[in-house]
Amino acid sequence: MKVSLFITCLVDQLCPNVGVAAVEVLRRAGCEVIFDERQTCCGQPAFNTGYRKEARKFAERFIEIYEESEAEYIVSPSGSCTAMVKHFHELFPDDQNWRERCKKIAAKTYEFSSFLVNVLKIENLNAKFDGKLTWHDACHGLRDLNIRREPRKLLQNVEKAEFVELQGADVCCGFGGTFSVKFPEISAAILDNKIEAIEKSGADFVVSCDASCLMQIGGRLSRINSKVKPLHIAEILAAQE
Amino acid sequence: MNQLTSETFDSNARASLKDVHLRGALKNLAATFGERRRTAIASVENWENLREKARAIKDETLLHLDQYLENFAENAERAGAKIHWARDGKEASQIVLNLIVERNASKVVKSKSMATEEIHLNRALEAAGINPVETDLGEWIIQLAEETPSHIVVPAIHKTKKQIADLFVEKVGIEPTDDVDVLTRTARNILRERFAEAEIGISGVNFGVAETGTILILENEGNARLTTSLPKTHIAVMGIEKIIPKFTDLDVFLKLLPRSGTGQRLTTYQSLITGTKRSVNGEGPEEVHIILMDNGRSRMLAHPVTRQSLACIRCGACLNACPVYGAVGGHAYGAVYPGPIGAVITPQLIGIGATKQLPYASSLCGACREVCPVKIDIPELLLHLRAEITDGEANGKKTDIPIKGKFAERFAFGVYGLAWKRAGIYKIGTKTARLMQKFVARDGKIGEVSGFLGKLAPPLGNWTAFRDAPVIAPKSFRDIWREELKNDLSTKDTKKMN
Repeated sequence: MKVSLFITCLVDQLCPNVGVAAVEVLRRAGCEVIFDERQTCCGQPAFNTGYRKEARKFAERFIEIYEESEAEYIVSPSGSCTAMVKHFHELFPDDQNWRERCKKIAAKTYEFSSFLVNVLKIENLNAKFDGKLTWHDACHGLRDLNIRREPRKLLQNVEKAEFVELQGADVCCGFGGTFSVKFPEISAAILDNKIEAIEKSGADFVVSCDASCLMQIGGRLSRINSKVKPLHIAEILAAQE
Repeated sequence: MNQLTSETFDSNARASLKDVHLRGALKNLAATFGERRRTAIASVENWENLREKARAIKDETLLHLDQYLENFAENAERAGAKIHWARDGKEASQIVLNLIVERNASKVVKSKSMATEEIHLNRALEAAGINPVETDLGEWIIQLAEETPSHIVVPAIHKTKKQIADLFVEKVGIEPTDDVDVLTRTARNILRERFAEAEIGISGVNFGVAETGTILILENEGNARLTTSLPKTHIAVMGIEKIIPKFTDLDVFLKLLPRSGTGQRLTTYQSLITGTKRSVNGEGPEEVHIILMDNGRSRMLAHPVTRQSLACIRCGACLNACPVYGAVGGHAYGAVYPGPIGAVITPQLIGIGATKQLPYASSLCGACREVCPVKIDIPELLLHLRAEITDGEANGKKTDIPIKGKFAERFAFGVYGLAWKRAGIYKIGTKTARLMQKFVARDGKIGEVSGFLGKLAPPLGNWTAFRDAPVIAPKSFRDIWREELKNDLSTKDTKKMN
């Protein structure tokens, strides 16, 4: 099965190891992974800040690139960017042609963990990871894509790992894109509740499906010198020893 | 009384975050109401189906609102009520005032009503020398404290028991106490006297049934029942979106509203009022006046995206679920309607110019949409308003948003739009950033960037005030892909799936 990777700009620039891990896992699952180097950003920062004209450019470019692809699926290690792709058609309220093109591409775009479980029907990746893990539900993955069961299933099947549920796992971490720098104090106050729950869980690693939440949570964990480390689910599933 | 405004949401919020009592109360609210709601909705079979039904009823009503309003007015008048139409809050307040003055009345009681809060009715009446008494316990407390409600359903949620006790000592002269029973009994005794002498009762409306002209008021304290039945004259102030077509539609909304709002299966009282009292010796007021108020609602009705704002039944569930409301509370919003739904309807009610921070006061987490009993897509509305703000126009008309101050953001997104369109420019951009970060990065991360540098790049300063920032990786994924991954198609046997 041919899978085209939509890597997202955060993973591309800030945590490329997440992308490397995603490639490793998808190949292990039997996929042929391709990557179109012309890709840039999904345009979500512009869309969420109200810059629709700019966001449209990103959407058009994204659609054009992936329409050319022979891959059956587009897979992304981000619930939030995947959700943005699902929103693309809203950027063209009066253009039926573009709306159709957006919906067609959106239908074959999947978030990484959901792709493994719902499309490939794989819940055990033969991963081995020594540590206590907890899961943070990234909001867009959870509420736009309805991803709740999939990552938990995958993590619970990791050999040697212990999974603990996080209290308030489905509550926002306070990131919210530009919200985090427009209202830094509010963002940090929301984040502190999350940090408190993470520390209370006793986990060594907090895992999620979005680099953005992990940047927010990890940034605070680092600032307070916490022992808990943030990891993307692809990194856990890629580990085998 | 020092009133906060929406214009200073950011500084209001910063002040709220420092209020330890408030933070405690809000944490408690989110936990208690969230849990109660979950339990209450679990007792209903097919909650999702109910939400769909409710929304469908609302959508249909809003599509033919003019017709349903006429039906309602006709049927209410047939039952003896008098209908008044008000274009805005000022007109609505004037109608209320005229009704009071015409009856030579001065003793006025009120039950809890967000519509009258919205139009600042008390302020208008007080200016004319009439002092209405709030009879809902929470509303009475904040009236004594000369404050505004901080929540749609629990208006005094920001106050601790101790603060309320101190307030009663100061304003009604009781002995200091921490006994809640003593406090509620005090309120009850005082309010009973007000009821006994009241000439006019003012209420809001939860639902207005078009086919019968009935209004429904939900409450738990019995004060709305007294307000609408003891005084000779009852005046109800009602937003035009409160209409539902059929009496049987109540079956849907009565299952949704109390469960979503307070986590109750049903409120203690449901008062159904159809016109005036039936006979000379019957019960109820001699006169019922219903004021149907627009006050910006037809503007929301006009646009297919914003129309859903009018489906709101004011349950407050989105406030209880919202992490932003949960952090800063209601007063920070500087408006009558706080929280997610407030951030959506306040700009539409009073104009986007003075409220332009509100649509941004959300992380777009979607918790509000998830709990909304009528499935209002609040994040979609927030994004719609954000786009209106950046476009500088609302519904094709220029708004009063000053472009000044937004230049830096516009410029940044302009550059972003240019650079990220082409992978080549994108690469140059990230290479430059990689070079620049050498000035601020230590040990593979960026710590607090304060002072001049932080001010030079506010996003970096604001981010690092609370969080370390990651550095741009020495090699991007696309570089690693090209150099190592692209041609390495081998999947090592030892690692292969079973």
